[in-house]
Amino acid sequence: MPETLLDKVWRAHTVRTLPSGQTQLFIGLHLVHEVTSPQAFQMLRDAGLTVRMPSRTFATADHIVPTASQARPFKDPMAEEMMVHLTRNTKDFGVPFFDLASGRQGIVHVIGPELGLTQPGMTIACGDSHTSTHGALGALAFGIGTSQVRDVLATQTLALAKPKLRRIEVTGALGKGVSAKDVILTIIQRLGVNGGVGYAYEYGGPVIDRMTMEERLTVCNMSIEGAARIGYVNPDRTTFEYLKGRPYAPSGAAWDRAVAWWTSLASEPGARYDDVWQLAGESIVPVVTWGINPGQSIGVDGRIPDPASAKTDLERQALEEAIDFMSFKPGQPIAGTKIDVAFIGSCTNGRLSDLRAAAQIAKGRKVARGVRALVVPGSQQVARAAEAEGLHEVFREAGFEWRGAGCSMCLGMNEDQLRGREISASSSNRNFKGRQGSPTGRTLLMSPQMVAAAAVAGAVVDVREML
Amino acid sequence: MGDNAYVRKQIAGRFLPLPGNDIDTDRIIPARYLKVVTFAGIGEHVFEDDREQNRHHPFDDPRFQGASILVVGLNFGCGSSREHAPQALKGWGIRAIVGGSFAEIFFGNCISLGIPCLTADMADIEWLMAEAARSPKTEGVVDVEARLVRFGERTITAGIPDGARSQLVEGTWDATGVLLQAGDQIERVGSSLPYVRGF
Repeated sequence: MPETLLDKVWRAHTVRTLPSGQTQLFIGLHLVHEVTSPQAFQMLRDAGLTVRMPSRTFATADHIVPTASQARPFKDPMAEEMMVHLTRNTKDFGVPFFDLASGRQGIVHVIGPELGLTQPGMTIACGDSHTSTHGALGALAFGIGTSQVRDVLATQTLALAKPKLRRIEVTGALGKGVSAKDVILTIIQRLGVNGGVGYAYEYGGPVIDRMTMEERLTVCNMSIEGAARIGYVNPDRTTFEYLKGRPYAPSGAAWDRAVAWWTSLASEPGARYDDVWQLAGESIVPVVTWGINPGQSIGVDGRIPDPASAKTDLERQALEEAIDFMSFKPGQPIAGTKIDVAFIGSCTNGRLSDLRAAAQIAKGRKVARGVRALVVPGSQQVARAAEAEGLHEVFREAGFEWRGAGCSMCLGMNEDQLRGREISASSSNRNFKGRQGSPTGRTLLMSPQMVAAAAVAGAVVDVREML
Repeated sequence: MGDNAYVRKQIAGRFLPLPGNDIDTDRIIPARYLKVVTFAGIGEHVFEDDREQNRHHPFDDPRFQGASILVVGLNFGCGSSREHAPQALKGWGIRAIVGGSFAEIFFGNCISLGIPCLTADMADIEWLMAEAARSPKTEGVVDVEARLVRFGERTITAGIPDGARSQLVEGTWDATGVLLQAGDQIERVGSSLPYVRGF
């Protein structure tokens, strides 16, 4: 019987079926960061346990790291304390730690793939919901909470129920100025923010097949915003070319054996899916969110919806709540919405190709007066590569701040935060109330090139007019 | 099989209705309260920004103080994987949640803390929310074992996946001990994987 990658990888990692009926699943790569791990390490100490496989565990610091000055001790004593804890925990338990001095620090979902730690056929867990990102390389990767971080540290396994599988096929081709971010925002808009509950998403079809690895990482990253805990793309030549030569990728004869195994894992023609859903690439336009969850989005040429057109009371209440929080008017065009802040970065869009796309718009232009614009590379390696091609100069000349690597204003756990009712154009992944550090701050999600265009115009504009 | 203190067959208590769909974990506990190395005291900050912006928030309503069973809409707990969210609810006094549906990571985190999350039809959820608001002193029961919610004169059919139900009813939701029982089988499966062997 033809099988899917989910079937094959799940079976290969099954340790046993638990009395509860769940699978005890072996975790091949455990990524750790400073925010969701301190309590887990403490629970290990309290129980007298050790880290079962420190060599399959890697740590970095990203959420609380300042991006303006990264000198230690950090200005924020709570951030400093979290760094001290992670440093001590990784040292005590023998876990490799890519710290600020390593030259390899960065957002955990950026450094995993770029170091070649993330590989096809792995199971990957991390105490962060955007772990779905790593599925772009053909891994089963998912976010967990702190008690489960403890379980993986102590046992290298988790108790899980196997998800159902939905194949999402993006057919045809994308238009000029339409990005991977627009593809995933459109999928979430159509299937809904709770459409993926109980499912893993397998992305395929001509548009996904033609995407670069970095574009696939953007798509898989936001699977969780559509409620799918896992999102993946079958490994192919793009995957292998991306991995070859990376520090933790196999080399020599092992490389050829690895490619053979990875190739064998891809879903086979005729394999059974619980659901198949198609999206025409030609129908996708640059997308902007207007509300308080990532499914509340419209094309850049669209208008704010009218609650009066809602089909149910609940839908109407949800629209009213979002429109009220955002201070929009029903029927108002999204284009022309004035912005205060532009943020380019995050695990969704903080990679080299994202910075190149934004720099292409910024080049020779100036950030509009009164707009605070930040570029935060996803990792130290992304920062160095961007600097080597002079992107930092392009951004600085245009009036953007060029920062150090971290999560930054995606969630405002460091100094990079919205103030009061500010509106940001953001290349990040969540527009939840309060997400960017101000309880009343407002977020418009869009692609990095759309953010650059908004920064220059001082308002939401269609990037296609600037290409 | 599990320790009796861990068994969660039935939870009795007063109900707290929290209307709305897609309530994310950033709202349950804002990120500034994640800059901590323990979960102590986190319950004080549950829904802090929502409560600041809505003086009539259910968590501040005097009628619902001391309630322990939360009633929510669809996709509750979406977004960030932060276990700080169920920890904050637990710190406030929530012992079980009944909702239209739950985001999966949030659901898993709740089970890891022994907090049952049961789903029910939205028509029943809306009835529960209305009844709980009408009679906030009434005690109801979340019956995990029988997959039922009893409130006032009605008994509602509720859902929970077999695995999670079994963990709660048997008292095995604190998974580390159960997982450790696999012993060397963990290493055997690990070393059967090409990437663990080094290809």
